[in-house]
Amino acid sequence: MSAKTITADAPVQFYDLDEHAHPEGYSTMLGFWIYLMSDCLIFAILFACYAVLGGSYAAGPAPKDLFDLKLIALNTAMLLFSSITYGFAVLQMQQGKVKGVQIWLAVTALFGLAFLGIELYEFHHLIEIGAGPQRSAFLSSFFTLVGTHGLHVTFGIIWLVTLMFQLSKHGLIAANKRRVMCLSMFWHFLDVVWIGVFTFVYLMGVLR
Amino acid sequence: MSHDLHHTDGHHEIEMPHASMRDYVIGFLLSVILTAIPFWLVMTMPLSAGVTGAIIMGFAVVQIVVHMVFFLHMTPKAEGGWSLTSLVFTIIVVVIMLAGSLWVMHHLNTNMMPMPHEPTSQVTGQVL
Repeated sequence: MSAKTITADAPVQFYDLDEHAHPEGYSTMLGFWIYLMSDCLIFAILFACYAVLGGSYAAGPAPKDLFDLKLIALNTAMLLFSSITYGFAVLQMQQGKVKGVQIWLAVTALFGLAFLGIELYEFHHLIEIGAGPQRSAFLSSFFTLVGTHGLHVTFGIIWLVTLMFQLSKHGLIAANKRRVMCLSMFWHFLDVVWIGVFTFVYLMGVLR
Repeated sequence: MSHDLHHTDGHHEIEMPHASMRDYVIGFLLSVILTAIPFWLVMTMPLSAGVTGAIIMGFAVVQIVVHMVFFLHMTPKAEGGWSLTSLVFTIIVVVIMLAGSLWVMHHLNTNMMPMPHEPTSQVTGQVL
């Protein structure tokens, strides 16, 4: 931020010649946001696949026969609760309470694990009744889309645990605050993707 | 924490989005409402399937905006406007990809796989 006044006798500088220092990690948040946008494209492709293939049942089961909306509602609630508990962790961080951050991160991880458990139960149930990913194009694209989301949640939980260790070792240093905010974006982004999944895959599927 | 690692080289703190309890509570309550209504509509089916579908898609879009604003702290000014710029760019690409895929594949479906109950001349597009 150097506003140079140009006088008549000084040569005009078109380039910023002096390298000014940036604080460490000053671009991390934007960079992580752009990573999330690229992740968004992955999910968009998988949604497009599902939209194209979702009606090809190959004489197999249709969404109406397979999806248990009560279970999906419970799953959605788990993810929503985990979103607000992560919010509480961020609020604790702003107050500088490292214990509070860790507690709320742990609660978030538990809700995430509950979500994953319910999803794995659903997948297991589907595969057991013969509606696995190899049954039809609809089920292949379903397992790919929902499975990719579940994989993201899995890595989010691994990151949560890692972050809890980093916090207990180093406390609320600038790098850890940055990590908390990046994981916050990641976690809330997964919730945004899940809105698309439960609306487009489950609710629209049952309507079909 | 008691001992902050002070940077002595004159670095200023990186600006982070400021979150508030109010934001999270409003976002959470809106999300609960915007999630519960679509589930209720589909589970009890008080409306026709077409209307229900349109409504739940609308609710999903609204809920995504709610999450962006209240949970992801999206503002036009965040990161000097670059977050919003990349988001708008991503939305454009996603819309082109989704709409394009559906459009092309729909046409392929109707043109390449004649259904028994449809008149052949319409489906194959043969000059009669």
